[in-house]
Amino acid sequence: MAQSISLKSRISPRRLFVDGSFRFFLYLSVFISLGMIYWIVSSLWNDAGWLLSWDLITKYPSYDIDNAGFQSPLVGSIWVVGTATLVALPTGLFTALYLEQFAGKGNKVTRLIELNIQNLAGVPAVVFGLIGLAFVVRGFIAWGFTVGSAAAVIAMLMLPVIIIVSREAIRAVPPSYKEGALALGATPWQAVWRLVLPSAIPGTATGSILAVSRAIGESAPLLLLGALSFVTFNPTGLDSPFTIMPLTIFKYASDSREEFQVLASAGSLILMAVLFVLNLIAILLRDFATRKRNV
Amino acid sequence: MEKATVVPKTVELSPSPHLRRRLRNQLIARIIMIIATTVSIIVTVGIVASLFPIAIRTLVAVGGQLFGTTWAPLFSPPQYGILPLFTGTLMIVSIAMLVAVPVGLAAAIFLSDYASFNMRRIVKPILEVLAGIPTVVLGLFGLYVINPDFVEKYWPIGEPLAYTAVGAGFVTGILIVPIIASVADDALSAVPRAMREAAYALGATRREVAVKVVFNAGLSGVVAALILAFARAFGETTIALMVSGSYPMLSANPGDPMMTLSAFIGFAGIGDAEVGSQAYNTIFLIGAMLFLVTLIFNILGNKIISRYREAYE
Repeated sequence: MAQSISLKSRISPRRLFVDGSFRFFLYLSVFISLGMIYWIVSSLWNDAGWLLSWDLITKYPSYDIDNAGFQSPLVGSIWVVGTATLVALPTGLFTALYLEQFAGKGNKVTRLIELNIQNLAGVPAVVFGLIGLAFVVRGFIAWGFTVGSAAAVIAMLMLPVIIIVSREAIRAVPPSYKEGALALGATPWQAVWRLVLPSAIPGTATGSILAVSRAIGESAPLLLLGALSFVTFNPTGLDSPFTIMPLTIFKYASDSREEFQVLASAGSLILMAVLFVLNLIAILLRDFATRKRNV
Repeated sequence: MEKATVVPKTVELSPSPHLRRRLRNQLIARIIMIIATTVSIIVTVGIVASLFPIAIRTLVAVGGQLFGTTWAPLFSPPQYGILPLFTGTLMIVSIAMLVAVPVGLAAAIFLSDYASFNMRRIVKPILEVLAGIPTVVLGLFGLYVINPDFVEKYWPIGEPLAYTAVGAGFVTGILIVPIIASVADDALSAVPRAMREAAYALGATRREVAVKVVFNAGLSGVVAALILAFARAFGETTIALMVSGSYPMLSANPGDPMMTLSAFIGFAGIGDAEVGSQAYNTIFLIGAMLFLVTLIFNILGNKIISRYREAYE
């Protein structure tokens, strides 16, 4: 006589319960961490949403609440981070190309450079302000509290991040691309420049945009470079005094009058809007790149 | 019939002008790349050269006073007891870890073992947005929402003021959740598929696979994630300065204002500190300590990561 076999799951109720509660805990945690963004943005919005208008970015910082805005910090942020990107992006890209494609793999010097870059990425941002204070503002460059000094410091901060993301993008390009070109008689540099680099561009761009958006929000190092002062005119060059969005927000926030604290929230909303747009571009770009590779 | 005479063609062994140009270009490119690579070394050398001479000089001048319990280097007479800065930093970092570790690890396990492909595609970018929130905005959030609406109302010990360490710790926790989540997710996702499948074949439930097999196998990477997050929280300046205030108080009550090492640099460095002044010297001393501590943790974390990469690749 054939014994009937039960096909029903024989997982005990206790195991099922523990599994279910664990799943619930995971979903809850993810929900909480994503909900944080909503919480932060909505509390800023409730505080200062009504204040948003073009006036905020056409007026300059001021001690007079009716005439206070964010024009010069916004332009200052663009100047500083724009200049820093112009310096850090090519430097980082060439470093990444060298380390991935030309440097001797696994030899001591290469490994030391890699270790150095990795640790540079973990140095607290405020420490970059100290090197700026010692060597760029004074010391042998002696640039003073200017856009140029700030851009140099932000470029140092961005450099390791850009190198790391570019290396990942370059590593993801199939080696057969380069090998094919070499077999046809291209020099290694031609193969890298014409084939490897173009294929790595979407990945590099994604990472670099994220690095730029971090740099725009960075406040600590520039705290030491005099960016906290009220600057009521737009910078006109690398030698101009400057202020930046995050530190103007910081300045308004530490004012004891409540109107200025609301203004700080309004500035944060502007800053967040800029960063959301940058993040969105990065995400779309990555999506585009992965889809292209999968086709 | 005439014999075909073979006229030997002279073979040119030196590179053609065309190839010569290509090789020259390659040489130039190589030089540019090497110059670019040295920049990052120069930056490191610059950091060390800017911090340590001043830090060591200050350390020698201060000497044993460092072990006192009052930090007031800008007053006269100055007092250099660094203990309050260390306890303040440890307090805020511990609270941050307490907040971020469960949430961050849960998010990592979710991403590596529970989320569908599409879910991952949605959750990961949002975590990236969370990671990209500027610290000054998080600071505002702590100062305007967490401190007045939560800590001041509900904190059981003492009477919290506008600035609290627990508020700063909580907000710093929000900052490091995405770091823990993404680094730990990388580690857990690197665990070979075969290990998961073997466990499922033996009848394990999804939680048992995720926790007992994958989490244990990826444990070293998870530890690395915690170490890197710790280092990030340790060096955070703006949040501590805005939410926890700038009073270096030696206290065990997280509801009190406290100052961290990095917040002191921000605080004392705001004014145009003159070279050689008390403020200038002490921020470099504290900067050197900050640099060394984070360096040790970063080296440790990265070493663990490269070890598990070797193991699984």
